[in-house]
Amino acid sequence: MRDLGLRFVRHNLFWPTLALVLLLLLNLTKTPDFFSLRVQDGHLYGSLIDILRNSAPTLLIALGMTLVIATRGIDLSVGAVAAISGAVACTYMAGSPDESTAGRAIIAMTMAVGVAVLLGVWNGFLVSVLGIQPIIATLVLMTAGRGLAMLITDGQITTVNNSLFGKVSTGFVVGLPIAILIALAVFAITAVLTRRTALGMLIEAVGINPEASRLAGVRARTITWTVYVFVAFCSGIAGLMIASNTSAADANAAGLFIELDAILAVVIGGTSLAGGRFSLTGTLIGAMFIQTLATTIPTMGIPAETNYLFKAVVVIVVCLLQSPKARAALSVRRPSSLLAKGATS
Amino acid sequence: MFKKLITVSAGVVLASGLAACGSSSDSGSGGSGGSGDITMGFAQVGAESGWRTANTKSIQASAKDAGIKLKFSDAQQKQENQIKAIRSYIQQKVDVIAFSPVVETGWDTVLQEAKRAKIPVILTDRAVDSSDKSLYKTFLGSDFVLEGNKAGQWVVDNAATNDVNKDGKINVVEIQGTTGAAPAIDRKKGFEDKISADPKIKVVASQTGDFTRDGGKKVMEAFLKSQKDIDVVFAHNDDEGLGAIEAIEAAGLKPGTDIKIVTIDAVKDGMTALSEGKINYIVECNPLLGPQLMDLAKKVVAGEDVPARVETKEGEFDQEQAKAVLADRQY
Repeated sequence: MRDLGLRFVRHNLFWPTLALVLLLLLNLTKTPDFFSLRVQDGHLYGSLIDILRNSAPTLLIALGMTLVIATRGIDLSVGAVAAISGAVACTYMAGSPDESTAGRAIIAMTMAVGVAVLLGVWNGFLVSVLGIQPIIATLVLMTAGRGLAMLITDGQITTVNNSLFGKVSTGFVVGLPIAILIALAVFAITAVLTRRTALGMLIEAVGINPEASRLAGVRARTITWTVYVFVAFCSGIAGLMIASNTSAADANAAGLFIELDAILAVVIGGTSLAGGRFSLTGTLIGAMFIQTLATTIPTMGIPAETNYLFKAVVVIVVCLLQSPKARAALSVRRPSSLLAKGATS
Repeated sequence: MFKKLITVSAGVVLASGLAACGSSSDSGSGGSGGSGDITMGFAQVGAESGWRTANTKSIQASAKDAGIKLKFSDAQQKQENQIKAIRSYIQQKVDVIAFSPVVETGWDTVLQEAKRAKIPVILTDRAVDSSDKSLYKTFLGSDFVLEGNKAGQWVVDNAATNDVNKDGKINVVEIQGTTGAAPAIDRKKGFEDKISADPKIKVVASQTGDFTRDGGKKVMEAFLKSQKDIDVVFAHNDDEGLGAIEAIEAAGLKPGTDIKIVTIDAVKDGMTALSEGKINYIVECNPLLGPQLMDLAKKVVAGEDVPARVETKEGEFDQEQAKAVLADRQY
């Protein structure tokens, strides 16, 4: 029994899950009915549903980012790609005569995701073919991309009036938000593709040693290229969700700093930035944790001036819990202090 | 071949350099003569919102009308870009420099350079925080504290109808602008000063929505669950208010009726929501300060005395007034 408990504690996902649960419980102290759900207009309504719905864009991007990080890469351009995707969709719909029809929304969203994929091809080309360091290669699009999005929207906040497009983020199916269902579907597909086929192992191999895996017959270049296209695809969908949430494309603010949230979600989930082994479930928990943190701040009434400090402290604590050295220090001290006590008594 | 190329390009550089000298001396004499030909260098913050775009258009159009040559640059919300633009205006020896400082501090050096070059500087829309008031001639813009005052006054004046659930208390939730930005600090203060007159009115929660719709929506979603009996939302700009409307609607409540909303800015989307009854009151923050700026520029170049602070003409709108003016709203 104790063995089982120990195994449970030693599991990779124990600490991030514990942190998530503690954070959720913290909200109860201020808002006793934080966990309560009710049915509103035929769908579930409550703080937990908000967390699920709002975590969808971060979760999607973090999924793609997990694979990129597993190949020892990083993609800083995801926020800009999301902004471009939203800008393309909204500008196209706003400019067409039948703005509010479902057909327009489908064309607009397909176009937007298509553009995002093209940008991913560009990033992948820079990294895998030209061999530019990922952080530099994607930095190009991170800065230039937002300018591109501003160019598309003409610097304005482009509002659209299309019910299908609005549903991407605010709609519900069987009582649950469509956004999180989309994100979970992508999660499931990614999990099957990487864990039920050899793809996951190949990605890890490339991350651990690209040259050795190439010599072993793994197509390292193709795999690296593919993960950058995949993360851009995810960012494209996330961009649609962000724009759909307010039915407006805000090139300036959409997806701003989401790359950092996504990287943080991956790291909290236990995937190392050094590449190699990755955990998709960890990323899922990490993304939920980050959104819960964002919801906790206004719920707890933490003042605007100190909310970044609060965020920082929580994140530092979680990262410390994740660090093997800090954990070792914690677990070593306890038995030794017990021993010391035993010796004196 | 290569040598030839170098000679040619050197020639081009030289020629353009001469041309630049020529044009700048022209504008210099125009400035001292004060006969029409004024060149103004304007360093804009960026194009982050509908408000800002309207501001830019107003300045460009009224420069044309006033016969002032305008050199315009967009800093994309970065201070270093704005400083670069101002330096280049100093080198080009424009007659007057105007800019809307993206942040409050860090301008002393570049303004000192402008002063040494004897080019007058006008601040628009946002102020700088500097102990040396001689670095700029005047400030043209909104009084953010006054805007907060007006919003607060409206809540006080309409206390009877604003107490939606008739429990004798008016619970206000505030969605602030970007933390540390001058409008956010001043609007918050102005609002609090006015509502303190009525002990029934209380700000029960306050959080930043970063002046964006998405931010306003997410903050309001959390407020709706964590606060009981919200009567009034005070949003620091229209966009945050528009986001709050969506959150309120998703909760099955009617914005403008079940929860009253007061915002600041009066951009077109906000005015539309006001005319539809989803917002109850908007305090205007007027971006159309072009004509006033051109008047000031002419006076400053001609060496006339100008007041140290000029406020833009601003109004406020309720739902009926919004319907009346919506059709010919420019932004």
